[in-house]
Amino acid sequence: MPTPVLQVQHLVKRFGEFIAVNDISFDIGPGEILGLLGPNGAGKTTTIQMLLGVVTPTSGSIRMFDLDLATNREEILRQVNFCSTYVALPQALTVEENLWVIARLYGLSYIQEQIDDIVKRLEMEEFRYKVTRKLSSGQSTRLGLAKAFLTKPKILFLDEPTASLDPDIAQKIRSFLKEERRSSGLSVLYTSHNMHEMEEMTDRIIFLQRGKIVAEGTAQEIAARFGQVDLEEVFVKLAREK
Amino acid sequence: MTFDLMTFRLISMKFHRIYALVARHLYLYRRSLPRIMEIFYWPFLDLVIWGFITVYLAKFEGQIPGGVTFFIGALILWDILFRSQQGVTISFLEEIWARNLMNLFASPLKPSEFLAATMVMSVFKVLAVSVVMVVCAGLFYSYNIFVIGLWLIPFVLNLVMAGWIIGVLTTALIMRFGQEAEVLAWSMVFLFQPISCVFYPIEVLPGWLQAIAWMNPAAHVFEGMRAVLSTSVSPIVHLAWATGLNLVFLGIVVAVFHWMFEFCREQGLLVRVGE
Repeated sequence: MPTPVLQVQHLVKRFGEFIAVNDISFDIGPGEILGLLGPNGAGKTTTIQMLLGVVTPTSGSIRMFDLDLATNREEILRQVNFCSTYVALPQALTVEENLWVIARLYGLSYIQEQIDDIVKRLEMEEFRYKVTRKLSSGQSTRLGLAKAFLTKPKILFLDEPTASLDPDIAQKIRSFLKEERRSSGLSVLYTSHNMHEMEEMTDRIIFLQRGKIVAEGTAQEIAARFGQVDLEEVFVKLAREK
Repeated sequence: MTFDLMTFRLISMKFHRIYALVARHLYLYRRSLPRIMEIFYWPFLDLVIWGFITVYLAKFEGQIPGGVTFFIGALILWDILFRSQQGVTISFLEEIWARNLMNLFASPLKPSEFLAATMVMSVFKVLAVSVVMVVCAGLFYSYNIFVIGLWLIPFVLNLVMAGWIIGVLTTALIMRFGQEAEVLAWSMVFLFQPISCVFYPIEVLPGWLQAIAWMNPAAHVFEGMRAVLSTSVSPIVHLAWATGLNLVFLGIVVAVFHWMFEFCREQGLLVRVGE
């Protein structure tokens, strides 16, 4: 079995008395897409923030590429990126400028060629010189993905990448992600509230509730374990137990 | 990992990341007239008001030892300190307003590189404001700040550093207490103005306040400036004090910033600071 690119061991995050993440452990293999599922407040965002090094865990360890995040932050974050519907790039800069800043920040070479390439692959030519605040939500999502893929990450954290998109663009983005995963062996941690999307996109899912992992496996395994027809019914059942 | 390696990782910086952040801010200013106006508006207004006060006081020149023209010089130097502080703090606020901190600190960017970029921005702002103020002072009031001579260079460098100190401290506080503390970006520096003795000599302060003022690098700069203008005495002792204090305080506030950064990561405040 190949060595996981991401290993999370007994991760805990407390904010005072409140336990946002409660002793979770999981890993992601090379080229694997792991779904992180759970109702609002389950601890998904806090988990991703810890994996990105912007929130310090109370205890537990995060290792990526066999390096400890706590002591190898710079080396790890060079190979990791994220895209979240809820985190935008500076609105006053153009798409091109934002991508240029990101490329410099991650120390890319041949910046213009790489920007040209990602702009082409995500069909962003028509708005590459547009100010970010003037983009539609679909264009903003594509910019977020361009930002994430520009740096050629080995692990990508995608927090609801298709939220608020129309089905056509959402489908295009899913196809793009599948193609990227196939061509580059990218590993992905994927969150979404769209259960069909989770079933379509992920190899394996972990289900978080009140900071704990309550189920783990493929979408079919989880549905079977809870005696439900599909993931959506499992989600509703678990969310209502809250 | 040895302590030395950890320390090296903490302080070693990558030029391309500092460059990226500086470019990000220059892009912002390039197409934002209000932001550019904000840099020049207050210094220009200050210059107009203090210029007229100086013209008025010039009538009593004989009664005010050392002449009155140093008011304009003092004002220009004070604005250098003020813009230097603002350069650091406003650059941080821009990231809060743009909700960009998550993008930045989820990248390989180090806090020290972030601070270095804000300091470079502050130097750009200081240069822009200084040129405008020096030219305006010359045109409107025939005031030439270069009468201070070559001492002007170390004075300015020390004031820029003093501005960084206040700026980094203010930034650390805003990071800790969130957007509601952003008013500090415009007010914090004025806490230091009375003990910087910009427009009056340090001897007018009560004894206990003088003791505090002597701990303020800016006070040494302004005392030094007065010494040059009024008695042509070498301000070397004041400059030595200013430089020494600046280096010590800069080291302290950078350490405070790093400590606050870690505290905010611990409390999850870094990703919530703009909310």
